[in-house]
Amino acid sequence: MTERPLSPHLSVYRMSRYTLLTSILNRATGLVLTVGLILLVYWLVAVASGPAAYGGARTVLSLGMLKAVYVILLATFSYHLFAGIRHLIWDTGRGLERAQAKRSAALVVICAIVLFVGLAWWALHAGARAP
Amino acid sequence: MTKSSGTILKAAEPRPRRGEAQEGPSNLRSPLATVLGQGSAKEGVHHWWMQRLTSVALVPLAVWFVVSLLSLPSFDHATVSAWVGHLWTAVFLILLVLTGAWHSQLGVRVVMEDYVHGNGAKALALALNTFFHIVVVVAGVLAILKVALGGAA
Repeated sequence: MTERPLSPHLSVYRMSRYTLLTSILNRATGLVLTVGLILLVYWLVAVASGPAAYGGARTVLSLGMLKAVYVILLATFSYHLFAGIRHLIWDTGRGLERAQAKRSAALVVICAIVLFVGLAWWALHAGARAP
Repeated sequence: MTKSSGTILKAAEPRPRRGEAQEGPSNLRSPLATVLGQGSAKEGVHHWWMQRLTSVALVPLAVWFVVSLLSLPSFDHATVSAWVGHLWTAVFLILLVLTGAWHSQLGVRVVMEDYVHGNGAKALALALNTFFHIVVVVAGVLAILKVALGGAA
């Protein structure tokens, strides 16, 4: 089988291009959300293991390092949600013109920042009952 | 797409034929490829479609989960297990874990296909990706069911 060209050209493309940046960010945030899925299942298994085991897991989940991870997860969730909706709209054949794509890229970033700030504010005010 | 299709059609000129094996203007394959019969397994559409279906389902599921999580009055065991134990919470949590893991498996797979080089390493990475996500689904769903069916008390 012949070696076919593959796509990781991260060092070749110009990162200033919004098309590349929005695309690679969608992938990166997706990978981060997979880590979130692992944390979710770890938490659910801890709940199912009873109060004693849950206490231990809660100590782990309350670590300062993981709190930074929760902030990152809120940010990645916010971005991946809107970037994904943008992809779903593209799939209907709409918004593919260059000007439209440029506008929707800006819209995705703005919506993601607004949602993230809102969620982070909410999480902060609920901070007294952190995990 | 529909808007630009007019210009695409205008630009398309009848291509010059390059060999006897070509059956018509729509045949882009070389004569050798036609003889060997190797081509798309027509499986790409399934991956693409499942990625879309799961993403549509995940929009409400993920939003519901984040809002529910931030609305929880406390994260102590009694509160959390009571929440997970609610019938509809358990239903949506199971759907979230199933759909989320499926979507995640498809996404990580594409990244591995792009960035892991070498056939052996790639096959191993893809297999581990599948196994890992199956473990995530089984553990997650079983944990939710155990709490919902009263085993955690």
